[in-house]
Amino acid sequence: MRLVATTVIALRALRRNKMRSVLTALGMIIGVGAVIALVSIGNGAKLQVEASVASLGQNVISVYPGSVSTSGARGGWGSASTLTPDDALAIQREIAGVVAVSPETRDRAQVLANGLNWNTTVFGESPDFTSIRAWDLSEGAMFTEADVRSAAKIAVIGQTIADQVFPGSAPVGQTLRIRNIPFKVVGVLRSKGFNYFGTDQDDAVIVPYTSAMRRIARRTTVNTLLIQALAPEQMFRIQQETTDLLQQRRAGRDPDFTVRNQLELAQVATANARNMTALLGAIASVSLIVGGIGIMNIMLVSVTERTREIGIRLAIGAHDHDIRLQFLLEAMVLSLMGGALGILLGVGASQLVAQLNGWPTLVSMPAVIGAFLFSGAVGILFGFYPAHKAAQLDPIEALRFE
Amino acid sequence: MPPVVQLQDIHRIYANGEVQVHAVRGISLDIHKGEFIAIMGASGSGKSTLMNTLGCLDRPTGGRYLLDGVDVSNLGRNERANIRNQKLGFVFQGFNLLARTSALENVELPMLYAPRRISSQEMRERAMHALEIVGLARRHDHLPNQLSGGQQQRVAIARALVNRPQILLADEPTGNLDSKTSVEVMGVFQKLNDEGITIVMVTHELDIAHYCKRNLIVRDGVIVRDELVKDRLIAGEELLKLHQAEAAAKLTAASP
Ligand SMILES: Nc1ncnc2c1ncn2[C@@H]1O[C@H](COP(=O)(O)OP(=O)(O)OP(=O)(O)O)[C@@H](O)[C@H]1O
Ligand SMILES: [Mg+2]
Repeated sequence: MRLVATTVIALRALRRNKMRSVLTALGMIIGVGAVIALVSIGNGAKLQVEASVASLGQNVISVYPGSVSTSGARGGWGSASTLTPDDALAIQREIAGVVAVSPETRDRAQVLANGLNWNTTVFGESPDFTSIRAWDLSEGAMFTEADVRSAAKIAVIGQTIADQVFPGSAPVGQTLRIRNIPFKVVGVLRSKGFNYFGTDQDDAVIVPYTSAMRRIARRTTVNTLLIQALAPEQMFRIQQETTDLLQQRRAGRDPDFTVRNQLELAQVATANARNMTALLGAIASVSLIVGGIGIMNIMLVSVTERTREIGIRLAIGAHDHDIRLQFLLEAMVLSLMGGALGILLGVGASQLVAQLNGWPTLVSMPAVIGAFLFSGAVGILFGFYPAHKAAQLDPIEALRFE
Repeated sequence: MPPVVQLQDIHRIYANGEVQVHAVRGISLDIHKGEFIAIMGASGSGKSTLMNTLGCLDRPTGGRYLLDGVDVSNLGRNERANIRNQKLGFVFQGFNLLARTSALENVELPMLYAPRRISSQEMRERAMHALEIVGLARRHDHLPNQLSGGQQQRVAIARALVNRPQILLADEPTGNLDSKTSVEVMGVFQKLNDEGITIVMVTHELDIAHYCKRNLIVRDGVIVRDELVKDRLIAGEELLKLHQAEAAAKLTAASP
C-alpha cells in the first residue's frame, strides 16, 4: 500500500473541493459539538447536585414521622408525629458513634422588626444544629444548652431574614417579634443559597426547640430528629440501631417513623444526575450517526461525480486498493476534522452556556476523547461502502463516463 | 532486436447486452523501438479498441499480446496497472486532466502511483522537466480551465511522459485542436520520437498522419493497409510556413 502517497492524494482531493469538504464535515462538527456540550452540562449538573446534597449536612441521619409498614390507611409524612425530644435524648445517650442530635420543629410564622414583616419558617433546634448541618454563623454566636433548658427567647436568623427585616443594619442585638413574641437575635447564619429541591435555605429563623414548643407553637412532638454520625462508615449501623431503639420505645405499636440516611439520598441524587448525563449523551450520539450518514451520502455522490477522476487514476496506474484507501482516507479526514472542530465547538458552547445561564459545566476528558475516536470510527464505517464502490470501477468505462 | 510490441491474432468481442460486437477481428502487428505509427480508419472501425488493448486498459478476448517479450494479455488488474504506470504513457482523446488541479500536480499524478516511492522533491523536478519538454514549464501552476486546448493536451502529454515510458499511446491527440495547434502537438511528438520513444497514435486527419513514419488503416476490425510514409512532414518547417503565410496575410491586409 502506498500510504504516504495516498494520503497526499486524499488531502489534495479534499483541498480541491474545500466547500464540499466543509459542508460534509458539518454534520460531524455539530454532532461532536452537541455530545461534548450536553455531557459537559450534565456533568456540571451532577457536580451541583453533589454540592447541594453535601450542604444538607455531614453524615446526617434523619428520622421522619410516618408509617413505613402497611396497616390500613396511612397518612402522609408527618401526619401524626410521635417523635419527641426524649427520643432524641435517648438516641444520644444509648447509641455509640452519635456525636450530635437535634429534635427539629418547623412552623410557619410571621416575623416582624422595625415595622417590616416577613413570613418564614421557624425551626426549633438544639445547639448541635450548626454542627449537623455544617452551617457556620457569619455574625454573633449560636444559642447554648442553657438557652434550651430555659426556653430562652433567643433566635439565630438566616441571611434572607437579615436582608428582609433588618435591611442596612446589624441584626445582632436587635429584637425580632415571632408571632408577636419578642426574641433577641444573637447570630446570623452564613448564606447557603438554594438547595437541591429549590427552597431558599436562608429563609429561616432558628430558635431553641424548647422555645419553639412552649412559646411559639405549643406542641409536644417534633417534626424530625436530626442525628449526626461520627463517620460515614457508621451511618448504616446507626440507622439500624436508631430504628431498633425507637421501635423498642414504642413497644407493641406499629412503627410510625422512617429513618433515612444522607448517603442514600446522595446516591439517589447523583444516580439521577448521572442518568441524565447519559441520556443527554445518547441523544447527542444520534446526531453523530446522522453526521456519519451525511458523510456517506456525500461520498457516494462524489464517487459518481468523480467517476472520470477515478478512471484517470486507474488508467494511470492506480491499483484498486489505492482508490479504496483514498476514499476511505478522505472520509476519515473529513470526520476527524469534523470531530476536532466539533470539540472546539462543544467546549465553546458549554462555556457560553455557563456564562449566559450561570449553569456550571464541566468538560469531561473521556467525552472529548470518546467523541473524537467515535468520529474516526464513523468515518471508516460510513466511508467504506463508497470507497469499495469507487475501487470496483472499470478504468475504460469510468473514463467514458459523462 | 525483437519488437517491443507483438500482437498475434488479437480479437475483441464486446458481449454486454443482447448483440455481440466483434470490434477487432484478428489483428497481428509488430512494432519496433523508435517507430512512429498513425492508425487511421472510419468511425467504429475498432481503432480505440485496438489502442485500449495496446494500452493494457482492456483485455483481448482472443490472441496474444507480448510487450517487451512478456505476455500481458492474461495479467491481473493490478499487474496491468503497473505496466500502464511504468512502461506505457497514454494520452486520452478528451485530455482527461484532473479539474481544479494545477498542471504540475496533474503531471505528478503517475509518480504518486509508482510501485517505488518517489520523494516529493524528485516528483517536482521530474514533473517540471516533463513540462519543459512540452514547453509549458512557465505555466506549471495554472489550472486546466486557465489553459487553452493545445496547452491542456501538452499537459496530458507531459503526464504521459513523466514516468519515462517506452511507448507513448495517443487516441486522437489532435481531435479537439485547430490545425496550427495540431501541428504544434505533432512537433512535440516528433521531438520525443527523435529521442527514441516509440509512438502509436490514432487520427482521422490524413495530413496529421503524414507527420508519422508508418500508417495503418483499419476497417471493420482488421488492418487493411500498412505502409511507410514517403514524403514525411516535419512540424518545425510546417510551422515556419504557417507563420510566414500569416505574416504575408497581415502585410497584404495592411496595405491599401
Ligand atoms: N464498451 C463497448 N461495448 C459495446 N460495444 C462497444 C464498446 N466499445 C466500442 N464498442 C463497439 O466496437 C466498435 C469499435 O469501436 P471503437 O471505439 O474501437 O471505434 P473507433 O474506431 O475508435 O471509432 P471512432 O473513430 O468513432 O472513435 C464500435 O462498433 C463500437 O460500437
Ligand atoms: Mg475512437
